[in-house]
Order: sequence, then structure tokens, then C-alpha cells
Amino acid sequence: MARSWGQLLGDSDAPAETAEAQRGFFGRLRESLGKSRRALTEQLQVAAFDPADDASWERLEEALIYADVGVRATAELIRRLEARQDLSELNGALAEEIAALFGDAPTLNVRHEPAVILVVGVNGTGKTTTIGKLANKLREHGRSVTLGAADTFRAAAEEQLDIWAQRSGARFVGGERGGDPAAVAYDAVGSDTDVVIVDTAGRLHTQSNLMDELSKVRRVIAGRREGAPHEVLLVIDATTGQNGLQQARIFGDAVGVTGVALTKLDGSAKGGIAVAIAYELGLPVKLVGVGEGLEDLRPFDPDDFARALVAA
Amino acid sequence: MFDSLADKLQGALGDLRKKGKLDEESISRAMREIRLALLEADVNFTVVRDFVGRVREKALGEEILKSLTPGQQVVKVVHEELTALMGEGESGLAFGKFTVILLAGLQGSGKTTTAAKLALQLRKRHRKPGLIAADLQRPAAIDQLEQLGKQIQIPVFRTDTKDAVEATRSGLERARAEGLDTVIVDTAGRLQIDEELMQELERVRDVAGPHNILLVLDAMTGQEAVNVAQAFDERIAFDGVILTKLDGDTRGGAALSVKAVTGKPIKFASTGEKLDALEVFHPDRMASRILGMGDVLTLIERAEAAVAEDEQAEMEKRLAAGQFTFDDFLKAYKMLRRMGPLQGLLKMIPGLKDQLGDVDVDERQLGRVEAIVLSMTPQERRSPIVIDGKRRIRIANGSGATVEQVNQLLEARRQMEKMMKQMGRGKMPALPNQQAQQSSLSAARKSGVKRKKKKKAGRK
Repeated sequence: MARSWGQLLGDSDAPAETAEAQRGFFGRLRESLGKSRRALTEQLQVAAFDPADDASWERLEEALIYADVGVRATAELIRRLEARQDLSELNGALAEEIAALFGDAPTLNVRHEPAVILVVGVNGTGKTTTIGKLANKLREHGRSVTLGAADTFRAAAEEQLDIWAQRSGARFVGGERGGDPAAVAYDAVGSDTDVVIVDTAGRLHTQSNLMDELSKVRRVIAGRREGAPHEVLLVIDATTGQNGLQQARIFGDAVGVTGVALTKLDGSAKGGIAVAIAYELGLPVKLVGVGEGLEDLRPFDPDDFARALVAA
Repeated sequence: MFDSLADKLQGALGDLRKKGKLDEESISRAMREIRLALLEADVNFTVVRDFVGRVREKALGEEILKSLTPGQQVVKVVHEELTALMGEGESGLAFGKFTVILLAGLQGSGKTTTAAKLALQLRKRHRKPGLIAADLQRPAAIDQLEQLGKQIQIPVFRTDTKDAVEATRSGLERARAEGLDTVIVDTAGRLQIDEELMQELERVRDVAGPHNILLVLDAMTGQEAVNVAQAFDERIAFDGVILTKLDGDTRGGAALSVKAVTGKPIKFASTGEKLDALEVFHPDRMASRILGMGDVLTLIERAEAAVAEDEQAEMEKRLAAGQFTFDDFLKAYKMLRRMGPLQGLLKMIPGLKDQLGDVDVDERQLGRVEAIVLSMTPQERRSPIVIDGKRRIRIANGSGATVEQVNQLLEARRQMEKMMKQMGRGKMPALPNQQAQQSSLSAARKSGVKRKKKKKAGRK
């Protein structure tokens, strides 16, 4: 059963995804993961897998590395598989272990009024697009939304977010280009909508002055609304390699990331870095982006993701 | 991780003096360490496999077996092989009477910013560049390019159409009419498996007739880099790569993957958010980076040994705050003096190496550096930005140096600050965590080592 938006948002009595919607989503995800599914299955040569054969294990290692799962999470998965008695259903076993690394299906904390969501990440991961799609979903689920354009650095970032605000019917709070992002965040958080989403400029986690700036944005938000921000989403591009771990660590230290939004899963990239991040940092994935359309943002479902990854 | 590859190879091979000769097992161990280091750096695993095969062959050669320090020799072989592999191919751009440069790549790889940076570079080389906005997909992408163009005063051609081909055609016409000699076409980001958009890109290329097709690639890309590069190469046969976001702490193995798979050279590297942060690509530096064992790191190691701990802590604090004043510079030079032969040491510092060339570094020259700094006022040492032309002449006179030498020193400080920022901020704090990553896959499996789950991060 795929996870529904209602479940993600913690709505009471929210049903799981209907069969129809699910097919739509599954179709999309399967289609988009089609390449990776083939690749991983080919790598695995499941039929030929022999637990007594070192070469078989090595192929498995390579398949996981190829999915950007990384050396350490791969070692852990292999250790867990080795501990199993029965490996006749290798794909299923692998999917189970991957899902187990993710833990329970997460929720997005939007119960506060307003619930404040701060969105951060390195340049070009798709923060603004993700916010646009999230705003649209929240609107569909009966929430009023404010978008705060605290990316005052990148040229035309504000225009981009404004367009998304119009598309999704959200209120828009902007500032001056080159202005203080914390000031924009302050204004946005003062809004009386159900949810406030604050967009921030992409920044490499190695730029400590910019990371300080981000911490300040967080502090200002916390100063205006007690307990805010309720969610801090780190947007990570599925094509990202092992550097994603560093991103998650350092953004985590700077602003207390509560979850990951994994974007661009509609490419042939596997997004295995999310497995590494979940395993090494215990950080849950909450959202996945599977395209540029308004509908192409989904609640993350560990089982679905794991099965799609290994094609079980 | 960084310089520990050298240590690990030394560990695997270094006990030669006891054994008298290298056995198959130590070599296999060494090769496994190389494999893991490259995988951790995001080099594609098939590329890694081939590469390790080649290194193994070389490593089995006479010289290395005879060497007393086979670990270091193997590192040298790996580094040379990597540098050679990455350095092949023409790194310059092709120019015609009216030069067209087409930029393509995935979403978010940094095409628009890179287009502006490239335009700025070209103008510095006395060309008259223009920018064509052909990204009609992303909301406000054209506004972004227009604002960037305004910032650097380079004309941007936009067309009120939904058709990228038409936008390109019209942009080219107008750029010609305005007497420009170079245009850069900024296309929309697209997935290489998006058939419709890839066909559009082919049509844009056909209309543009580019002299240079450049793939813009995020240096943080993982294993997927190979698929992206192969697909774009098949569709539009790009001439080279611009590697972006290299100012982060990624090891950048994608660069090697792309080079190995397509044979196309990496021409430029983007190393910062400012519009002048686009550099010619340096294969040797990239090799060091992928291996995680640059000269700089050797230097740091030695520095750590030579510098008193509290002094180091103080310095680190200041660096973390983004300050590297001439006082620090002077201190660093004094540290250097404690560290051994100067000639070699100074050349390890990026920026200085290029400037010094093969010049002999002697104590007198070092004395001059000191003299120049000492001729600055305390304010100038603290904030070198105030040092204008007049002050340069005064400092030169005061220290018995030429203005040119003063300028060189100012530039060296700037370079050093930049380097320190890159390391001090990203790489150094990362060391403890990354080192933990050193576990060997197979070793873990065979020995059944239990792994402790890392403490949760980001939950403060």
C-alpha cells in the first residue's frame, strides 16, 4: 500500500493511496526507475547468486555501489544478508533490509498553526520546485499556505517562487534581491496561514559564512514563533554521490535537518545516497520528487522505494 | 579519508623491509584500498575496475618491487595514471569568425550561472560575447540569465516564444546584427532519458551550429555521471565538460568517470558563486583531489607537526571566521621556516607554485616577504583590502622591494586565503567522520565486524 498524502500529513483517518492513484504513481515510479531496476537486476544476476561464492557477493556489492548506496551502508546490507539463513529470494530479502535501514514511514509535521517548514540544500537540487509542488499538495489537502522567498541571492529566484505560488494558490512573501534572507523569513513566518514554507538560497555546505547565514534564518524563525521551524527539509538531488552524506551532516549541524526530500528520481539515477544518509545519520526521507509537474511530488514510502530500487 | 590512502597503501605494502619482497596478498590488499578510495570518491565502478587493473600491472613492475617504499611508489603510480587519464585532450575552446558555444546538461547542474561566467571570461580575452536564453522550461530561468547579464554588462537575447529552437535562431540573428563575435546558448536542463527534450536539444544544436558543445556537470554527481555523459555524447557529441560546484568538498570522481567513458576533456572548473570563479581545469589537482591526498595535505601534516597546538587552534579559529590576514600570513611563513627545506614547501602552496615557477627560493627571498609585511601598517595587515596603489608604492619603498613583488605577495595571500577557506571550512572538519569511512567492504564481510550505528546527526 503506497503512502498517501493524508498519511504523510498526519490527517486523522487518512486512507492509504487508492488503488487508482497508486497505479498512477507506481506507473510513474516504475517507469522512471525502469532503467535502474534493470541495471540492478542485471548486476545482481539473481538467478546465479550463490551465497558460497565470493564473486556473487562482489557483484552484489557492486550493484549497491552502482546505486550510490556507498561503501558503509553497502557493507551493512551485506552483513545483514549474510546473517540470513535463506537467500533464495535475494531481491525480496535485499528490499526488506534496505527498507529496514529507513525505519518507519515518516510524517510531515504540519499540525502547528502555522506549521513552519524551512527548506535548505546545495545549489541546483530543486528546492524551489519542490516547494512549489509541496504547496500545491498542501492546498489540495485543505491547508492555506504562505511561501517565503528567502533566497535573496540567486538571480530571479524570487520570480520563480512567485510563479509557483500563483500556480498553487499560495500567498507569497518576498524581499529585495541582495536583502537579508532572515528578514524575509521573519515576515513570512508572521503570516496567519496554516503552513508557511520558507525557501532559502542554495549554498554549498562548505561555505561557512553562508551556513552561518542559514543558522540565523533559523534563529529568527524560532524567535518569531516558538517551536518553529517544525520541519527543516534538506533537498538532495538523486544524482548526488557520496558527497550527499557531507551535505546532510553539515546542514544537520547548522540548522537541525528533520528530513530529506529526494528529488529528480525520474531520471535513471537510483538515489541510493538516501540509503546511506538514513543508515549513517538516521535521517528519514520524507518526500520524493519524480518530475517537473505539479503532481510529481510524493510521500516517501520505504517499502516502495526499496522494492523499486531492487525490483523485487 | 584524504591522505589516509597513502597510509593504507604504506600499511599494505610498507612492511617490505621485513619481508624482503612483495607477495600477492599485499598487492591485492593495496589494490583493494585503491578501489575503495575511488569508489568513495564516486568514480564509476566499472571505471574503477579497469583503472585498478592498469595500476596493478604497473605496480607489479620491477621498480616498484625493488623500491624500499612500495606504498609511496604505488601512490605515485596511481596519481600519475589518474593525471594522465584526465589530462588528455584539447582543453581550449574552438573559435571561428562568429563563435557559438552551446551549454547542455541536467537540471540544476549550473548551466545558467556557468553561461554568465564563461561570457565574462571570454570578454576578458577581448571577445565580444552575448548570451542567448534558450531555457524555456524552468520558470524564471530567462529572468535569471537577464539579471546575470545585467550584472556583468553582457547582452542577453530573449525571445517571446515557447520554442527553444526559435529562441536560439532569433538570438543568433540579433547577436550577429549587433556585431558580437561570440554567443553562448543557455539551454534548459533535461534528463538524458527524456526523449522529447533530447530531440529538442538536437534541433537547437542544428540551428546553432556550435563550435563548442559543452556538457555542464555537477562535480557532486555520483555513479550516474557515466550514464549522463554517455547519453549526451551519443545525442549531441559534446566537445568537453565544465565541472561545476567544485568549491565544495566533493572528491569529484565523476570527472574521472566522464573522461574515461567519453574521452572528452574537462575544460573548465567552476569554483565559487562569484561570476569570476571559473578556472581552467587542472588534471593534476583533480587527481590529488580524487585520491584525497593533495600536496596541500602533505603540507598540513607537516605543519601540524611543526606548529604548537594552541597556535594552531588560534589560527583555525581565525580561518573558520574567514580571516586570513597578513599577520596570519607572516605567522604561516614563520611556521614554514620551522618545517624544512623551503623550496619544496612553498611550491606545495597552490597559487604560489605557479607564481614562483622554477625560481629558486632562498632565505633572502623569504626575508623580503617578511620585510614587505613588516612595512605594512597594522590596519593594512588586518584588512589588506585597503592597500591601494599609493600604499603599494609606500610599502615597496619601505621594504626595498618592487611594487611588482608587493603585488605578488598580495596575490599570494589572496590565493592562500581562498585555499584555506576551501580546506578550513569543508575538508578539515570533515576528517573525523570521513576517516571512519575507511572500512573495507570485503574485510567487514569476512570478519563479520559489527558496525555501530552512527549517532543521529542534525537533531540538535
